[in-house]
Amino acid sequence: MTELSSDERALADGRNGPAAAMAIRIVAETARILGAERLVPVTSAHVDGCLYHGDSGVHFVERLVELEGRVAVPTTLNVGALDLIHPERVHADAHATQMARRMMVAYEALGCAPTWTCAPYQVGHRPGRGEDVAWGESNAVAFCNSVLGARTNRNGDFLDISAALTGRAPYYGLHVAENRLATVVVETHALSARLKAEDAFYPVLGAWLGAEVAGAVAVFDGLPADMPEDRLKALGAGAASTGAVGLFHVAGVTPEAPTLEAALGGRVAELRIELTPEMVRRVRDSLSTAPDGPVDALAVGSPHYSVAEFNTLLDRLAGRRMSRPFYACTNRQVLKDLEDSGTLASIEAAGIEIITDTCIVVTPILPAGGGVLMTNSAKFAQYTPSNTDYEVVFGSLGDVVESGVAGRVVRDEAAWN
Amino acid sequence: MELARGRVLVAGAAEGRVLRLAEPLSFWGGVDPRTSALTDPRGPSAGTNIAGRVLVLGSTRGSSSSSAILLELLRAGRAPAALILAEVDAILVIGVVVAREMGWPTIPVLELPLADHAALEDGMAVHVAEDGAIAAA
Repeated sequence: MTELSSDERALADGRNGPAAAMAIRIVAETARILGAERLVPVTSAHVDGCLYHGDSGVHFVERLVELEGRVAVPTTLNVGALDLIHPERVHADAHATQMARRMMVAYEALGCAPTWTCAPYQVGHRPGRGEDVAWGESNAVAFCNSVLGARTNRNGDFLDISAALTGRAPYYGLHVAENRLATVVVETHALSARLKAEDAFYPVLGAWLGAEVAGAVAVFDGLPADMPEDRLKALGAGAASTGAVGLFHVAGVTPEAPTLEAALGGRVAELRIELTPEMVRRVRDSLSTAPDGPVDALAVGSPHYSVAEFNTLLDRLAGRRMSRPFYACTNRQVLKDLEDSGTLASIEAAGIEIITDTCIVVTPILPAGGGVLMTNSAKFAQYTPSNTDYEVVFGSLGDVVESGVAGRVVRDEAAWN
Repeated sequence: MELARGRVLVAGAAEGRVLRLAEPLSFWGGVDPRTSALTDPRGPSAGTNIAGRVLVLGSTRGSSSSSAILLELLRAGRAPAALILAEVDAILVIGVVVAREMGWPTIPVLELPLADHAALEDGMAVHVAEDGAIAAA
């Protein structure tokens, strides 16, 4: 039985209007089903429900607008199905375009910030350690918990906006301190420093984690202490697309894992796994569905590309031009930073098309007719074969750049052997 | 004959043939919201249609948009007849909760431990009762 506070009962009775009443019913009913004893106040929300999958989600959010809904906490928006800055780059049909736009307009009307990004943590939405929040979108959730140390469950679409309208979420799972302790230790000592210095190792490590532990909390031991945020982002995104990972720790790196013992809360691990180079290689290979050969298109930016990642991409290109369509997905804040710094001109001159507000696996962007897409994102690799008519080849950023220039898969295998 | 009894997460009665998936399923990226077909070519059941089936899942994974795909299937009348989950999945249940709130059709959702899934053979016609009893139809 879920106990509601007097404040929450007042919301249900319509104190803040009919939309908040509907939203608290949804939050409370979900809490009941999950067996949560109570709700927890949240200080921010990130809403994934603004992506068009069909008309039902549009009707839901327009109902909330009709009922005069207004978010109760600062709320950012995940990607929509349209690139509002370069609308011609999305080839959705007229009905989908119209409904996707209605949906985006309705979420803004509820008071959500039009960030349109799966990386809200790159545009200043960074709750503090221990803060209870209600985020949606699997990579954003993994980042929020693991890298920021804030507390959120993997909220499904519609629960996210319901939490935003009420400032409440079901109290269970990763809001509870004890459930945030690691139960699995992943040893990486048998892996080379060379491999650990390779960006592409991290999405692969994430893809392995999700497939191996499903939703359990794991702590990695033996990873470099100076791990940049973009590697943690890639790790979490990989883990959250092959599994149901909402939180992972990296000993000596992430906020709840100053040491291995701290991440375990002093308990003995239920499971210890020692990673071998062969295991890593096998997972990397499993991310591809097509053999190495001709490449028809390339994509980076799931999660959305950061300024640092764009600069690395340009360094790797060293003035050369892509010979195949190359898409870099990002958010409008990063686009503005690239404009302001003058980097955008170099990116466009290299034949790289920037996609904002959305990405290539959630809406039709890739050239019609299908083929083989190459990417350095485990998440793109996971979703491309099912959401587009492309097969996929996974490689490092260096491989992606060389392959984009050559028009066929080119690999540097040194780090993986 | 009662085959198993699940814990009721969302109550309801339903009938359909069992579809038991060994692989973890993400509704988003795994189910086509227009046709109800399983779409992940890496999955052994690619192409199978889940509409009207009593869908038995050992585990779920991936996207938090899975609730939106389930809501779309519910509104269009192309959802599974019932969901039987080894563990309660917070993302999927939201789709059903919102459908009810919107006045659209809903389906029963049961929690049934993985060890009891073997009693539900793939393709078997079953009846799911309000109280969570699953019987041969």
